[in-house]
Amino acid sequence: MEKLDKDSYLKLSKWKRFVYKFKYFFLITIPRVFFKIEILDALSYLKLNRWQKLGYKIKYFYLIKIPRFFKNLGLKIWKGIKGFGLGVAHFFKNLFVTFKEGDKFTKLSYLFMGVGSFARGQILRGILFALMEIVFILYMILTGGYYLGKLNSLGLVQPLDADENLVANADNSFRILLYGVLTIFFIVAFIYTWYLNIKQNRINEQIKKDEKAIATTKDDLRAVVDQQFHRTLLALPTLGIIVFTLLPIVFMILVAFTNYDKNHNGISNALFGWVGFDNFGQLFSWSNGTNTFSATFGEILLWTLIWAFFATFTNYFLGLVVAMLINKKGIKLKKVWRTILVMSIAVPQFISLLYIKNIFAFDGIINDIIKFFGGQPVHFMDDQASPLMVRVTVILINIWIGIPYLMLVTTGILMNIPADLYESASIDGANVFQQYTKITLPYMLFVTGPYLLTSFTGNMNNFNVIYLLTGGAPHPQEMLKVNAGQTDLLITWLFKLTIDDSNYALGAVLGIIVFIIVAVISLIVYNILPSTKNEEAFQ
Amino acid sequence: MEKRSMGMAAKRRVANITTYVILVLISIIWIIPFIFLLLNAFDVGNPGLTGNVWPEKWGLGNFAYLFSAESNFLRWYFNTFIIALFACVGQTAMQFMMAYALSRFRFKLRKPMMNMMLVLGMFPGFLTMIVLYEVLSGLGMTGDSAVPGLILVNIASSGMGYYVAKGFLDTMPKSLDEAAEVDGATKFQVFYKVIMPLCKPIVIYTVLTSFMGPWGDFVFAAAIAKGAQGGMNVATGLNSWLDSSNIAGFYKYFCAGGVIVAIPVIILFLFLQKYYVEGVTGGAVKG
Repeated sequence: MEKLDKDSYLKLSKWKRFVYKFKYFFLITIPRVFFKIEILDALSYLKLNRWQKLGYKIKYFYLIKIPRFFKNLGLKIWKGIKGFGLGVAHFFKNLFVTFKEGDKFTKLSYLFMGVGSFARGQILRGILFALMEIVFILYMILTGGYYLGKLNSLGLVQPLDADENLVANADNSFRILLYGVLTIFFIVAFIYTWYLNIKQNRINEQIKKDEKAIATTKDDLRAVVDQQFHRTLLALPTLGIIVFTLLPIVFMILVAFTNYDKNHNGISNALFGWVGFDNFGQLFSWSNGTNTFSATFGEILLWTLIWAFFATFTNYFLGLVVAMLINKKGIKLKKVWRTILVMSIAVPQFISLLYIKNIFAFDGIINDIIKFFGGQPVHFMDDQASPLMVRVTVILINIWIGIPYLMLVTTGILMNIPADLYESASIDGANVFQQYTKITLPYMLFVTGPYLLTSFTGNMNNFNVIYLLTGGAPHPQEMLKVNAGQTDLLITWLFKLTIDDSNYALGAVLGIIVFIIVAVISLIVYNILPSTKNEEAFQ
Repeated sequence: MEKRSMGMAAKRRVANITTYVILVLISIIWIIPFIFLLLNAFDVGNPGLTGNVWPEKWGLGNFAYLFSAESNFLRWYFNTFIIALFACVGQTAMQFMMAYALSRFRFKLRKPMMNMMLVLGMFPGFLTMIVLYEVLSGLGMTGDSAVPGLILVNIASSGMGYYVAKGFLDTMPKSLDEAAEVDGATKFQVFYKVIMPLCKPIVIYTVLTSFMGPWGDFVFAAAIAKGAQGGMNVATGLNSWLDSSNIAGFYKYFCAGGVIVAIPVIILFLFLQKYYVEGVTGGAVKG
């Protein structure tokens, strides 16, 4: 917009002045206040008053730090892609060069794995390579090929025919997807082994040229407990993680793009198939007011974040206070106080949670006490309770559960705060509260920053507390349609959708969303956290 | 001057007394649910959920029921105990193998592996449940024979929880390994004879936490037992007594069962408290 000087402004009519002011405010004042930042040096920063400092910090955070973070992230991703591309090019170049320059055994190894190893006296390696090839070929012929071929459609022969009779040779979408994914994993592993087999030849040829000794089987066996010991150690845990975590997660990510639910269970009523992003559409179609999935999703997401925030910070600050009370100079029986609190960690959580749930029940003990004193019984956590009541109760009970743990965590750290910090503070006349806010809290936050982050994301996924205490109650009609309640977290809703409703596809979508939220929060916070940047602040 | 120091002492005394009052209140709040639970367990009056805390009639009938042939409690207890036993051996082994390799060795895939595990850990664990159910039912490890299945599930992916052990191993000086290797020890011997004996506190921590885990394991246990009484663990079994259809007849049994489950775990925990605290604080600082 055009900026006017004072004279031309005064010449304007009243209405035009108003319009000018209006435009000025939105186009110049607001951008100047919110979107522009002058980087201050330390001295001019210190001259600001408290509020200006805060404003400066906030602006600095979202105008400088966040864009810088995303810029770095972009650079990292670009580097990753570039590195991957170069790696692939390198891979093919290696294959080509090795083939061209290799002897006949090396060339044969391209087709028959292990030939090169046998020829050079590495019997054990030869046997393993050959075995891998045989197993792979057999697997692909016997089962792998079948599942891989059907992965595209997830099966064509429906389990029921037109008259609702069971078909004998029906497909099974679940198996096709699961074993299809497994087959892809196996193919990747096979290609890697095949490449390893070729690389071995190249390395051994080089060793021969240099007239050095090639590793014998005996050397290989020794390496298992010596040079290559880390591989020995990692083999079993990694295999377990791949089969029991990676494979199922890849499977479920894929399920998010199918219509796998109770009407398409893939085995006994109808096959399921690929549907693209339809399930995501169900959760995000805001325009459609009657779509209870999207409305419920919004409410549950909001409550999940609120819950995680309160559950984390109430526990943290109160746990810290309790730890400080017990650690206080002149307090005796420290061990007894600590043990009493710690006992509640030892009791399996389901017992304490289920018991507390019944204490707070409508005909439970708390209400009996209230009645004894002449009050009206209160609905704390059932379907007749108000949502606010349930939410507050749950957060309070969570304090009961979390404080002992936090007390343990913080006690050790509190003892490490150098005592002279407090001494010099009290000589300078700082009172207890000031010492808490200026020394204890900054120190604790600095040291336990990463812990706070993990407990925030942990609380987002705090299944036990919500599921065992409220089960999601209260359930208003609208939300009940999609089997949700007002204290459900994303994770408990996911559980109900998959286990109670067999709506696996939507559950998988929720799982992906939980993952994305957790990953984004962790990524941002880790990059901004002081303890990861400024490691020597308290040293 | 003297007067002023007297004032300080008095002030400190008041502060200490307030602190004691608060601590006593806190202790009461934390301990009272367990006392209620204990009282309910000895109440042989009405077996359902009643408002009164003080037993209508004292007796050991609830415990007698748990150990009688009528209830499946002993089966559940035994199931859980077996799972916990295997889990604490298996998980400790897996976690230390993973942690040791990541802490003491530098290899090409180290960083990618750690990042991969971090990313996998951000997915909610339930996502794996239906797949694991299918895989385990293919192996015949669900329903009434869920115990081996639960053991497998407990152990298989436990390598992902290597963080605390690695944090501890990271603090051990590299010179220990080097000295042993100069003397001709293989890496395996360094691991087994030099480092592991020094890891006693953190091994005990890992054993303790992995032993306690299965006692409270609810979600996976319920999914894999799928309602079959013979395959349940204590958490799923006792929870089934609190169903709206069962609670009127079983609530006091639940309380008695809770007491029986909690007591050994508490005793074990109190004995090994020192190690637990060490592990927890170490883990928190490392993040």
